Amino acid sequence: MSQIQEAGRPLSPTAGRGRFSAYLRAYPLQIGIVFVALFIWVLFLIGSPQTFLAGNIYVAFMSSTPYFALIAIPLTLVVITGEIDLSFPSVMAFGMTVFDLVFTTTHSVALGFIGCILGGIFAGLINGLIVTKFGIPSLVATIGTQFFWRGAVMVLTNGQGMGMTDVQNTIIYPVLVGKIGGVIPMQFVWTIIIGVIVWFFLNRHRFGAHVYLTGDNIESARLMGVNVDRTKILAFAAVGAAAAFSGFVVSEDVLFFWPTLGDGYLLNTLASVFLGGTSVFGGMGTIFGTFVASYIIGAIQGGIVAAGLTGYWTYVIYGLIIVVSVALQTVVGRRLR
Amino acid sequence: MNHFLQLKNVSKTFGEVAALHHVNFEVGTNEIVGLLGDNGAGKSTLVKIMTGYHQPDAGGEMYLKGKKIDNLTVARARDLGIEVVYQERALADKQSLWRNIFMGRELSDSWGRLDLRTMREETRKLMNTLMGFTSSAITPESTVKTFSGGERQGVAITRALYFKAEMIILDEPTMGLSLSETKKCLDFVAGIKAAGKSAIFIDHNIFHVYPVADRIVVLDRGTVAGQFMKNELSLQDLIDRLQKVAQTGHLDTKPKRRLTARVAVRVPVKATAKGRRKG
Repeated sequence: MSQIQEAGRPLSPTAGRGRFSAYLRAYPLQIGIVFVALFIWVLFLIGSPQTFLAGNIYVAFMSSTPYFALIAIPLTLVVITGEIDLSFPSVMAFGMTVFDLVFTTTHSVALGFIGCILGGIFAGLINGLIVTKFGIPSLVATIGTQFFWRGAVMVLTNGQGMGMTDVQNTIIYPVLVGKIGGVIPMQFVWTIIIGVIVWFFLNRHRFGAHVYLTGDNIESARLMGVNVDRTKILAFAAVGAAAAFSGFVVSEDVLFFWPTLGDGYLLNTLASVFLGGTSVFGGMGTIFGTFVASYIIGAIQGGIVAAGLTGYWTYVIYGLIIVVSVALQTVVGRRLR
Repeated sequence: MNHFLQLKNVSKTFGEVAALHHVNFEVGTNEIVGLLGDNGAGKSTLVKIMTGYHQPDAGGEMYLKGKKIDNLTVARARDLGIEVVYQERALADKQSLWRNIFMGRELSDSWGRLDLRTMREETRKLMNTLMGFTSSAITPESTVKTFSGGERQGVAITRALYFKAEMIILDEPTMGLSLSETKKCLDFVAGIKAAGKSAIFIDHNIFHVYPVADRIVVLDRGTVAGQFMKNELSLQDLIDRLQKVAQTGHLDTKPKRRLTARVAVRVPVKATAKGRRKG
């Protein structure tokens, strides 16, 4: 019997190869994205050494990338469950609309902030419920809710923005968007904190185990007693909460809430998740990959301008990097597994 | 005989179609029952009644270890130790072996934090004992996508045994497997017997069922056409009788009323199970 088992399977494929190979097999997605990041960094260094050898550009990356990295991290969970959420740009603005309403009635920044996050969770729960209870594909459902929440924002705010200077005098301002030592932006710290929290839930908690199983084979997960509906709803709720939080951070950073808040973040965020190695088909993905990928996406914009190309090139380079790196990951992943 | 599960006078009709007709069926403690029958014989319906997926028509009774069971549900059946192993739907391909073994039953503390170390250790132990995976290429971290068909069945069966299933229902486990893979799969079925548990082995292929089953039950068009202990019958006798069932609808020599007017009947004996649809 043992002989039959050995047949067709190479005997100990790791023998004779180094430790690196073992790591490569265990974490192919994470290592792949680090190499992509290094490669792009070297390109930028060559293209514009005076910019990329100075620290300023990195501070700029650290302050603007969290706007979408904060959402991309929990969005990874939704994509691993085999779903997608396209409604978060509107939810960013919806959370701030709740803040607007609560703040103008209570004049409490803290209550407004809590309302903002709860509004985001509510929008996320609605997405999850529509997808699981009515069985509508999330691609369609969240296009619908994207329009709905943007419409709700416009109706509730009457298209008017809101100055955020009141918040500047509270503790929330330095905690969310202050700078440690005048250099490290707090939103970067928050991105790491949220990254660690979501990583913990994905990799060290029952919830994460169920996220992977739901996305991998929903039928067998269900047969084995995994509550797949609850898993998906919670993942959507996490994206909603993060979208509202990010919306608050952005408004806070620019000290103004525009009702169009969130426009322009959709593709960056999705690109971060997919570039980070999360499978469109579900069941695979890492928080580390999304984190690094979002900084790659964030760096491309700044890097291209610094390298002396016009901003028009940004999307061309985005497109090339995303398609090439996802293709590479697929090819390399197939060989490793 | 000490029965683990007993079905008495169980019928099931869907609309006007009678899938099962007054079926009496039992599985002994630590007995492997081979359930043979052609497509549409009622094998799947019978299994779905035993797992609580369908309710039998009024008049049918079910006993588990001698106790009468009413209104069985899927969750209840599992609590009682009845586990089904489906070939296609058992595993999550892209996940590691340990995640598959503990699928839906992850070991965790009251906060839901996973106990990774214990799960990996238990998986390694199971690999070395029940599964008999000796190749160093397989670790608890291996993704099950890389496993062969027989190994995958082994993982599913091992999982059921580990979680204290009393009776494992195998729904055509050898379908689509190569000869050597089938051999592996049958070894796992023999392992169920060795572990002191019961099993129902559903298949089209008599050559797969015969070596591992203690008793063979033949279903035909919704009734039990016959059953016999393996030690009373040689493989050749069985084949002859099955051919007779196919032609006449019953095993015994005395004539019996036909239940349906179906004419086209296929011989449920085939050297290979490849390409057959589920019955």
